[in-house]
Amino acid sequence: MKVSLPKSRVPYLLLFPGFAFLFTFFILPIINLAQTSTQTPVSGGDTGEYEQTFAFSNYVHAFLDNREQFARSFIFAALATIFALTIAYPLAYAIAFKSGKYKNVLLVLVVAPFFTSFLLRTVAWKQILGEEGFLVPTLRNLHLLGQQTTVTSTAFAVVAGMTYNFLPFMTLPLYASLERIDPRTIEAAGDLYANGITTFRKVTVPLSLPGVVAGTLLTFIPAAGDYVNAAILGSPNTKMIGNVIESRYFKIVDYPTAAALSFTLMAAILILVTLYIRKAGTEELV
Amino acid sequence: MSVKIKDASVPVIPFKARLSRWFGRNLLRIYMVFGFTYLFIPVAYTFAFSFNDSGKSNLVWKGFTFRNWQNPCGAPEVCTALGNSIKIGFLATLFSTILGTLIAFAIGRYKFKGRSTSNLLIFLPMATPEIVLGASLLSLFLVFKINPGFWPTVIAHVMFCISFVVVTVKARIASLDPRLEQAAMDLYANEIETFRRVTLPLVAPGIAGAALLAFSLSFDDFIITNFNSGTLITFPKFVYVSAARGIPAQANVIGSAMFFLALAIVVAGQLVNRKKSR
Repeated sequence: MKVSLPKSRVPYLLLFPGFAFLFTFFILPIINLAQTSTQTPVSGGDTGEYEQTFAFSNYVHAFLDNREQFARSFIFAALATIFALTIAYPLAYAIAFKSGKYKNVLLVLVVAPFFTSFLLRTVAWKQILGEEGFLVPTLRNLHLLGQQTTVTSTAFAVVAGMTYNFLPFMTLPLYASLERIDPRTIEAAGDLYANGITTFRKVTVPLSLPGVVAGTLLTFIPAAGDYVNAAILGSPNTKMIGNVIESRYFKIVDYPTAAALSFTLMAAILILVTLYIRKAGTEELV
Repeated sequence: MSVKIKDASVPVIPFKARLSRWFGRNLLRIYMVFGFTYLFIPVAYTFAFSFNDSGKSNLVWKGFTFRNWQNPCGAPEVCTALGNSIKIGFLATLFSTILGTLIAFAIGRYKFKGRSTSNLLIFLPMATPEIVLGASLLSLFLVFKINPGFWPTVIAHVMFCISFVVVTVKARIASLDPRLEQAAMDLYANEIETFRRVTLPLVAPGIAGAALLAFSLSFDDFIITNFNSGTLITFPKFVYVSAARGIPAQANVIGSAMFFLALAIVVAGQLVNRKKSR
């Protein structure tokens, strides 16, 4: 029996269940979040009771009250992205070009640490770098670290934690694009008397750009919204916007402000990402 | 002092130059060693402290013991949390793999109106910070007076896993050689037979990989889970909540066991692939 469906309907049938799900549990919630963001408390109502008053001033207040955390989120995320790129590029390059038959093994090793729970690893860093770990007291005894200096509860620890946690999201796309490079293009550069550095700069790097773009996005986006690293490795002075949204939701039950903050964060990220993609000039990301 | 006589055929290079040349040649290798050490430090720490005879808080090394490994449920909340995470992970993997694979076939195999919009809809959840996904879904549940808990968490996980499944399976479909299917058709297989006996077996490793990815994303998720699980404790949530008081060593046992299990699955997959391609 041949399928009797007209060909053009097949893709829509395939799409339907998944897209119905995404519409209900992704698009609808976002629309609902937009509604929540302009609500104000019911006068005389319980905590957590809100009504729609189209109070766009929520956005202004939410942003002005948390300017510092917004700025910190984007700076920390940008720093973590730059560090991750610096660490991951040579690593991905070495795996793609210099590892011979161990390529698959090394690739597995890059991903392997991430099978241990992300939170366990973050807590492990906290304990390794903490007061009771052996590293900090040792460095203090060697006078490499001031007696009062701590590593955890600092901005450094938060950025380092994010760099570590998002590293595979950087390494894998980089590897994928480096691995695809036709070795003949590199040979050709050599034949045309380019030395190693010039070849790298003029051939390898441009050809790996899609990986750089994908990797930086996959690192930057989750890093900007992250609050786990700041909560575990940071202090009240290193709060990011994610921490604010979380506490607005759970501790203060201030849904409208949390929603307005979430929307501002998403909008800011989307604008940055669009500008970045346009600048990088790659469209085959999706 | 005895003077070492060098082989005349080897030109004498000053030590410094030799050192720098060695570094130049092995720079990437040295870098790799450092990189991998960095990646594995917390894993090694977690593994080592799973053998700590620690009692309640696992902060300071108190002595070696196998007790935690013999009795991983010694801290009962750990096993409850693990059980919840496995159940949620299994259901989320099942649903997201089915829904995502269907979408991947539609986008990967057909040209239709709205294809680029579909691609965008798949890309958007990946480009949205987790905290926004979690918070917005919780708001929706609250509007419909659905209490956060087990099923809301499963729904949340399916939602964010679908995109990753689509991307993974789509990549596999795109890498298929269309001539294989044409050959099947030439040999008088109809569309269904071709799909069942040629296309699906070829795409299967992609689907398996996507399922593995979905499970590990679901199992490890904290932010979205924290918003939608209410009082239900999952494994990452347990670690987060108990981080302040000290995490029982049994949690390290489970983290390490997951690590070795996942490694074993990946290695087994590689071996199967190699056998097939031979």
